[in-house]
Amino acid sequence: MDWGIILSNTAQSLLSPATMAFALAALGLAVHFGFAGLLNFGIAGFMAVGAYGYAISILTFGLPWWLSALVGIAAAVLFAVVMGVPTLRLRGDYLAIVTIAAAEIVRLLFLTTAFEEVTGSADGLFGYHASFRASNPFPPGTYGFGPWSYNEVELWVLVIGVVLVALAALLVWRLMHSPWGRVIKGIREDEDAVRALGKNVFSYKIQALIIGGVIAAVGGIVYALPSAVNPNVYMTSLTFFVWTALLLGGAATVFGPLLGAMIFWVLQAFLSSFLPALVASGILPLVSSAQAATLRFVLVGVGLVLLVIFRPQGILGDKRELTFVK
Amino acid sequence: MAVETSSRSFAFLAKVVLSLIIATLAALTSAPALADTVGEEYDFRVAGNVKNQGDPLEGVVITVSGAGFSSSVATDADGKWAIGVPEDGQWTVSLDKSSLPDEVVTEGTELSRSVEVGQSGSVIQNFIFGKTERMVISFTDQLISRLIYGLNFGLMLGLAAVGLSLVYGTTGLSNFSHAELVTFGALMALTFGVVLSLPLWIAFPLALVASAGLGWAQDAGLWRPLRKRGLGLVQLMIVSIGLSLAARYLMQFFIGGGTQQLPGASARKIPLFGAVALSAVDLASMGISLAIIIIFALWLTFSKTGKATRAISDNSDLAAASGIDVDRVVRIVWVIASTLAGLAGILWAYFRPGIKWDMGEKILLLMFAAVVLGGLGTAFGALIGAIIVGLLVETSALFIPSDLKYVGALGLLIAILLVRPQGLLGRKERVG
Repeated sequence: MDWGIILSNTAQSLLSPATMAFALAALGLAVHFGFAGLLNFGIAGFMAVGAYGYAISILTFGLPWWLSALVGIAAAVLFAVVMGVPTLRLRGDYLAIVTIAAAEIVRLLFLTTAFEEVTGSADGLFGYHASFRASNPFPPGTYGFGPWSYNEVELWVLVIGVVLVALAALLVWRLMHSPWGRVIKGIREDEDAVRALGKNVFSYKIQALIIGGVIAAVGGIVYALPSAVNPNVYMTSLTFFVWTALLLGGAATVFGPLLGAMIFWVLQAFLSSFLPALVASGILPLVSSAQAATLRFVLVGVGLVLLVIFRPQGILGDKRELTFVK
Repeated sequence: MAVETSSRSFAFLAKVVLSLIIATLAALTSAPALADTVGEEYDFRVAGNVKNQGDPLEGVVITVSGAGFSSSVATDADGKWAIGVPEDGQWTVSLDKSSLPDEVVTEGTELSRSVEVGQSGSVIQNFIFGKTERMVISFTDQLISRLIYGLNFGLMLGLAAVGLSLVYGTTGLSNFSHAELVTFGALMALTFGVVLSLPLWIAFPLALVASAGLGWAQDAGLWRPLRKRGLGLVQLMIVSIGLSLAARYLMQFFIGGGTQQLPGASARKIPLFGAVALSAVDLASMGISLAIIIIFALWLTFSKTGKATRAISDNSDLAAASGIDVDRVVRIVWVIASTLAGLAGILWAYFRPGIKWDMGEKILLLMFAAVVLGGLGTAFGALIGAIIVGLLVETSALFIPSDLKYVGALGLLIAILLVRPQGLLGRKERVG
C-alpha cells in the first residue's frame, strides 16, 4: 500500500474546489435550516441554478465570467422567490417534500433534450473557461508545495474560492449577530411567538431563503469554475451529501458547515484511495476495487444515521441550540 | 470562436446545397444507382446501418458532407453503407427521407447528424427506425393506449405508495428509504429467480418473504428503538435519508452499476384492440396489482388490525388509550408496507424494464406525489393519488417531451400542496 499517494490525495482535498463548493452550499443550508429552521431539501437545485446560470451566460450570451456569476446569483434569487412564496407557509415535512421536488424539476429541465441548444442536455456544458482564465492575474508557473502544488489556473480558482468562502462566512456571522439574525433564530424556535411580537415571519423566511440560496448558488459556481456542468451532479444525493456535511459540522453554527465540508471531502478522498488500496493489497478479500469505491457512500449513509441519532447538534454545535425543534 | 462560427455557417450552407442536390436527384426518376461503399481511397470512413423495426432497409440514400467534400451512397441488401472521407473532424451525415419506404416512421430519429471522425479513422452512425411508437395511429388510439399504460404504472405505484402512506399515518415518518424497499424486492427476485435460478412461482414469493422480513427487521432494529428514544420527526426523516443512502449504495455494492433483467422481461406485445398492445407480463402485472390492492382494501376496512391501523392514523394517543397495542400494529404496518413495496419493485422491474441499484429512487418522488395528492396518511387516498399520477405521467408524454413526463407529476405535487394541502381524501388540518 502506497501511503504517500493516499495521504497526498487526502491532503489535497482539504483545499479543493469541491470542498469549497460544499462549504458554501452547507453554509447556505445553515442559513436555511440551522438558523431559520427551514427544511430545505432542494439545495442541489440552488447549486444547479447557479452553475447553469454561470455557464449559459458565458456560452449562449457571451458575457464575461464575473457578470455571468452575477447572473447565476440572480437566477438563484429568482428560484428562491418562485419556490419560496407559495411554499414557505407549509409545515416542515411538507416543505421538505416540496423543495426536493422543485430541485428535481429544475434538474429535469436542464436534462431534457427539449432545450439541448442551451443546456447541453445529458452532456451538460463545458468549455466556458476562456474568460475566467484570461482574467487570471497569476503568471504561468507552479505554486505551493508538497500535495498543495498548483498551476496558475488552479491557483486562481482556489484564491477565488477561498475569498468567496471567507466573505460568505463573514456575512453569515455578521447577520446572525445582528437583530435580523435574532429574529431568524426566533422563528426557528417559535414562529408564533415571533409573529406575536409583530414581525412579518413570512418576509423574514423568504429573506433567509434568498440569502442562503445565493450562498449555495455561489457554491455551485465554484463547483463549476474549474471543470464542467453536468445535470447528473445535481441529483438528490448531492442535497443529502451537503446535509451530511452540514450536520457533521453543526447546523446552527457559522464554522460548522466549513469544518463539515472539509471533513466530508477529506474522508471521501481518503476512503477513495484507501479502500481500493486495501483491495489491491488483498486485505479486503472478495471485494473488487469498484465495489470498494461504493463502500464509501455506504459509510456516508451510516455516518448520517449515527450523527442524527447520537450528535444531532454536530461537532461545533451547542446542545441547547438544537435545531430539530419542530 | 470566429472559426467555429464560420465552419458552422459553412455546414449550414453545405446542408442547403446538399438538400438541393438530393431534391434534384429525387426529381430525376432515372437517378444513377449508387454504390453501397464509396471513397475507399480515403483513410477516414463514416459507416453504418439502416434498419426499420429490426429489418435492414435497402437502397436508402446517405450523404456525408462537410469541409468542401460531399459523397452519397445507397445502402446494400443488409442495410449497410460506408463512405470514405478525406480528413478527420466534423462531418454531417444525412439520410434522404424520400428514399425511405413509405411505411417507415421517421419521427424520433434525427435524419441529419453531426459526427466526429477521430484519430481511429472511422465512426459508425446508424439509423434505426421503428423503435418509437408508430405515429400513424390516431390521437385517440394513442390516448387510450397511454391511459392503459398509465393505469398499469399507477397500480404499481399504488402498491408502493400505500405503504409509504401507512407508515406516515401510523408513525409520522416521511420515509425517504421507502424507495430502497422497492429496489430490495426486485433485487431479491433477481437473487432467487436468476442467480439461484429457482422457478419464478417460488422465486417471487420468496422475494416477498424477504421483503416482509426486512420490514419487520427495520422496525424492530431501528425505528422502534428510535421512537422509544423520543427522536423528533425531522430527525427520524433525516435518519431515513441516511438509511436510504446506505442501503442504495450497499445494493450497488452487490449488483454493480449495470442493469439486469428478470426472466420474461422482453415478452412480445400482444395486440388487443385498436392500438393497444400489451405483453402477457403487463396483463399479469395489472391483474396482480388489482387483486392485491382489493385484498389490502378489504383487510384495511374489515379486519380488526386494519381498523386499528386506521384508528392509529386518526389519533395515535386515543387509539392507545382505547386499548390498541400501537407498537404491534406499527410492526404489522411495517411488514405490510415493505412487502407491498417489494411486490411493486418486482412489477417495476418488468415495467421499466430492468433492475438497477437506483431504480426505486427514480419513483420515490412520484410516490410522495401520489401520497400527498391523496392525503398524507390515508391509505385509499394514496391509491387514488397513485393512479392519477400514473395516468398523468403517461398521458402527459403526448403533449410534452417524454423526458419531461415526471415534471408534470412533480408540479402537481407542489400545486396540490398549495391549493389543498390535506389532499383529496385527507382531513383538513393545519400544515403551516
